[in-house]
Amino acid sequence: MAIRSFFVPFLLFALCFYSSLTPVLSLYEDQVGLMDWHQQYIGKVKQAVFSTQKTGRRRVIVSTEENVIASLDLRHGEIFWRHLLGSDDVIDGIDIGLGKYVITLSSGGSVLRSWNIPDGQMVWESFLQGPKHSKSLLLVPTNLKIEKDNVIVVFSNGRLHAVSCIDGEVLWNKDFEAESFEAQQVIQPPGSDLIYVIGFAASSQFEMYQINARNGELLKHERATFSSGFLREVSLVSSETVVALDSTGSILLTISFQNGEISFQQTPISNLVEDPSGPAAILPSSVPGIFAIKTNAFTIFIRVIGEGKLEVVEKTNHETTVSNALPISEGQQAFALVQHAGSEIHLAVKISHDWDGNLLKESIKMDQQRGLVHKVFINNYIRTDKSHGFRVLIVMEDHSLLLLQQGAIVWSREDGLASIIDVTASGLPVERDGVSVAKVEHNLFEWLKGHMLKLKGTLMLASPQDVAAIQSMRLKSSEKSKMTRDHNGFRKLLVVLTRAGKLFALHTGDGRIVWSHFLQSLHKSGTCQSPIGLNLYQWQVPHHHAMDENPSVLVISRCGPCSDAPAVLSFVDTYTGKELNSLSLVHGVVQVIPLPYTDSTEQRLHLLIDSDKHAHLYPTTSEALRIFKREFSNIYWYSVEDHNGIIKGHALKCKCTGEVADEFCFDTRDLWSVVFPSESEKIIATVTRKLNEVVHTQAKVVADQDVMYKYISRNLLFVATVAPKGSGEIGSVTPEESWLVAYLIDTVTGRILHRVTHHGAQGPVHAVFSENWVVYHYFNLRAHRYEMSVIEIYDQSRADNKDVWKLVLGKHNLTSPISLFSRPEVITKSQSYFFTHSVKAIAVTSTAKGITSKQLLIGTIGDQVLALDKRFLDPRRSVNPTQAEKEEGIIPLTDSLPIIPQSYVTHALRVEGLRGIVTVPAKLESTTLVFAHGVDLFFTQLAPSKTYDSLTEDFSYALLLLTIVALVAAIFVTWRLSERKELQDKWR
Amino acid sequence: MRSVKVIVSFVFTLSLLSFPSSGFQSDELLVDDEEFGLEGSPQPRSPEPIPTRSPPVTAPTRKRHSDLDSDSKIQFSLEHAFGDSDFSPAGTFSARLKTWSHGGQTLTKLRFSRNSFTDEDKEKFKNLLESDDFYRIRIPSNVLSPPGRDFVISSVKARCLPREGLDEHFVIHMEGVNVLAVNYGSPGSCPYPRNLKLPAKWSFSSHTVLKNSEQAPRAPVFTEEILGGENAEGEVVQPPERSFWAKYWMYLIPLGLIVMNAITQAMNMPEEQATGQGQPSAGAVQRGPSSAAQIGRESVNVFFPVNGSYLVWPRPLNTEINLCIKILELKYFVGSRISEVKL
Repeated sequence: MAIRSFFVPFLLFALCFYSSLTPVLSLYEDQVGLMDWHQQYIGKVKQAVFSTQKTGRRRVIVSTEENVIASLDLRHGEIFWRHLLGSDDVIDGIDIGLGKYVITLSSGGSVLRSWNIPDGQMVWESFLQGPKHSKSLLLVPTNLKIEKDNVIVVFSNGRLHAVSCIDGEVLWNKDFEAESFEAQQVIQPPGSDLIYVIGFAASSQFEMYQINARNGELLKHERATFSSGFLREVSLVSSETVVALDSTGSILLTISFQNGEISFQQTPISNLVEDPSGPAAILPSSVPGIFAIKTNAFTIFIRVIGEGKLEVVEKTNHETTVSNALPISEGQQAFALVQHAGSEIHLAVKISHDWDGNLLKESIKMDQQRGLVHKVFINNYIRTDKSHGFRVLIVMEDHSLLLLQQGAIVWSREDGLASIIDVTASGLPVERDGVSVAKVEHNLFEWLKGHMLKLKGTLMLASPQDVAAIQSMRLKSSEKSKMTRDHNGFRKLLVVLTRAGKLFALHTGDGRIVWSHFLQSLHKSGTCQSPIGLNLYQWQVPHHHAMDENPSVLVISRCGPCSDAPAVLSFVDTYTGKELNSLSLVHGVVQVIPLPYTDSTEQRLHLLIDSDKHAHLYPTTSEALRIFKREFSNIYWYSVEDHNGIIKGHALKCKCTGEVADEFCFDTRDLWSVVFPSESEKIIATVTRKLNEVVHTQAKVVADQDVMYKYISRNLLFVATVAPKGSGEIGSVTPEESWLVAYLIDTVTGRILHRVTHHGAQGPVHAVFSENWVVYHYFNLRAHRYEMSVIEIYDQSRADNKDVWKLVLGKHNLTSPISLFSRPEVITKSQSYFFTHSVKAIAVTSTAKGITSKQLLIGTIGDQVLALDKRFLDPRRSVNPTQAEKEEGIIPLTDSLPIIPQSYVTHALRVEGLRGIVTVPAKLESTTLVFAHGVDLFFTQLAPSKTYDSLTEDFSYALLLLTIVALVAAIFVTWRLSERKELQDKWR
Repeated sequence: MRSVKVIVSFVFTLSLLSFPSSGFQSDELLVDDEEFGLEGSPQPRSPEPIPTRSPPVTAPTRKRHSDLDSDSKIQFSLEHAFGDSDFSPAGTFSARLKTWSHGGQTLTKLRFSRNSFTDEDKEKFKNLLESDDFYRIRIPSNVLSPPGRDFVISSVKARCLPREGLDEHFVIHMEGVNVLAVNYGSPGSCPYPRNLKLPAKWSFSSHTVLKNSEQAPRAPVFTEEILGGENAEGEVVQPPERSFWAKYWMYLIPLGLIVMNAITQAMNMPEEQATGQGQPSAGAVQRGPSSAAQIGRESVNVFFPVNGSYLVWPRPLNTEINLCIKILELKYFVGSRISEVKL
């Protein structure tokens, strides 16, 4: 029996030994794609050009509002290649040169680049300077040559450039010094050596410059004055005629500049249509002979019949979009016209000189959730019967991109997802009886075979085919894409709001779109011309007594860019994507405060602060009001006025004293203010803790058996200010003139708990606040490196609760309520480290109970997400930690933070244009879900302290089973053997 | 308790008074000293808690420094409001403005004199106490050209202030001549269910602290370690060579056990053989290991944790040990995996 008693601790020790093996941070090659997914997008298409050369026929080159240029497969819509230009490198125009290069003009017309169409390599790049800022225009004439060089004509920064298409060399340039001249069009009539630059000077002068395309010599300069002025837009109807509107928008002007002579023809719009109803605007298009104007009610197509005579060809009140003209044969140009009619869109392809005849007329059912057609691009192909076929690429209001051909949608891309502005997570429905989705393994043989394969894999015996089979089996068998809630809480819906105003629900298992909903309030409508989505909040998260309700989210949007524009609240069911309700408010929204109270249906109370500093309570029910009244005096909030450097604290005062009685409206008052001196400090970053963060332990046991209490307050605000001079780009100031001040401010009382100055530091500052620490990232001008600092804040008022007897006898103050009006006794610890990368975003992992240790998720400049253990940013790190400190896990001090290649969460992938990282706790304590979004989307699961509470995905149950079976068998066999032996012995 | 406070404050003011006059240094040198201290030391903690007791304003201490031309005396006012009422003057801060050679200006030697509450104020304050409302104060954000850009406001629940008298505590955060913020409240704690308590004495006991920004610690620089090639992981430095026992004890113990077991068996065997030959009839009643030993082969008792019985393995010793170890290892392997199952 002695042996047995020995074995138990021995076994335990063996367990400990196995579990304490050095953890592996990274994942194995065959685990890629098991828990993570990556989606590539391009953003809303601004311009599309089709390549006409043989190999390029299958491609379309697009430029987007996310500054992406991409080559897409016309058959499937996949990305061949893609380049993301920086956010300050906005694309002004793209075109195709020599049939095999894409020419892009960007950065306000100062960078011209050429890209090779097949592989997207950059061929050349040239920088175009100019005397002043102006509109930039790109023109790639098809057959304009200077000494065998094809020429690109660029008007940018007040200068006209002719650039060689081969190597990007500037052949000649010509300045347009006239102060007020604004070029509108650059025209090169085909077959001539002339370039016309037309535009407006002052407000009422039309100017035309005729330039020799070979050497840039100014041939003619004509001007003409029209007394009542112009609207800036012009429409080109032929190579020598443009149409413009006068400044009132009621008279059409046909301006022809044939042979360098300018002549005006005036036509009042009221002559053409009976009821013009308000000022008109010209729709940009370039269809020869035809242009379109838009009034409040109508879109009117007008044909120019020689000598400035105008004729209305169509007047429609449907939403209509026109493409540019596409030359299809000698002298014939086709264009596409898309009109909305109910749930269908009508696509017509017409020839420019024949309005009534249609080359193509199709109607296509269109999902209402996509909104209106914003842009149309036409492309032709030769059908099998040698006739002309047309396909059109349309860009919808929700930023999606669709290809229409033969009356059907060939493919569609949800490119609205490239511009996510807010993310929230929602649970999935609970699995109910009857709708069981649990799949039973087909049969025993399949099951055994699968496990044999897995076993082979673990024993390194698998052939490449086997590995592939294992991989696909894992993907298929995993339950990750089910539509029900799972035990571990890995399956969730990510509800995202895009800039277009569309809500998407993405499944965390595989990233597919579960539903999408274009909010009614974010459709452009008569009352609301430029609606913008602002934020998403969790409105209702039923869990206890309201299990039957579906969770819903609150979408806050606004009718215009300024903060006093009326706001709209929309409530959307997250299971179905149905809009439950929509409220158009009379007031604006500056701030939304989700309160920590819910009503009996688990609707969260929200306080909306408008621009007049009134607070409005939602939902507007008497129950909510009752709950709110109870907590009335305990509600505080703050506002940051970063333009004038003031932070203010507020509290509620009383009911609104307006003329309309509104019992959900409250007056507010200022409680405190912090005024940063405008000559020395400018706010550049403010960060608070996440509202839903859970802290597990309030105390921290330090090496020498001492306890430190974390100062955990939900009302801490981190503010970073820099010297106003140093708020520009890095390197624009000397270290002496630049500093950064970090503050920790209590937002209830306005107390500055900590204030520290970093001399010679400069922004941009990225910070993250969690538990009792804040980590921020900035540039150190003296060391010429980026730095990350950590501040940890500890509560001293509870520091004398270390006596065990006090705790046992209950003489401690740990359970007494804490009032922030008491004078805080805090101490802070801080330390700075160098960090190699510049940072785009910082987040921190969050888990269900807050037990698991934290990792910082750093979005690097290379668009990857790096996981960095918080232990590296411990202010207690020292050069030579004592033995006790080492045991506690304190890492010896180094001057810079390590970047371990295996700890890239995004492994080999890049999240192009990374903007934000969102972490959502799973139900399983060890695991957190990470969603990184930018132009691309990336999702994965992270376990910062390894999955200590569950078996790994690749755990071989078969091996376990086999072992048990073998052991049982062995027991029986040996038992029988010993029986027999005993029997034999007895017989002996 | 109160007398202790008075004594402490008295001693403090006394020490402040006596400090400049105690040494041999002239005033000029003292200024240099302070200036040096401010620039050189990384943390110019200049909070000077100056507990003053008003209405009897502490004696002015200006005689020593008045001859310094770089100093000038300034004053700025404190205003208060009861609840949402308008602000009215409530006291005066006076301080010395020190102009440094590099052009910076800082405040030192802050004094505060509080106006005593009028009867009207007392009435208002009582109302505040009853309704648990805010008592608000403000000071200008620039002490040279008040009010600067704006006033800095601070407020506290009125019920936090009364003790025996009215205790208040100001922390004024300065940046040069600008006041960033003033933090106002009671000097001690203000426990949450705030009880209504009227002050016994309507006099303020004010504590003021002036705070400037601290300098952040610099990031450590280890040039030699960079050259030495630091370990990327940081924590995975090569552990020191462990002793043989420390490394292999988990193998040695079971081995030792098995060997011991084998030895006892081997020792038993000749004994039993001897007795067995002597008394063959007794062998029939014998059970267990000794019967196995009777057959005259080497055998080992193996404890098997599954069914908790002894198994007898009539095999040559060395293969048996191997087998045992294998089974043990297998068992631990399985055991360790089981331990990972979610609890």
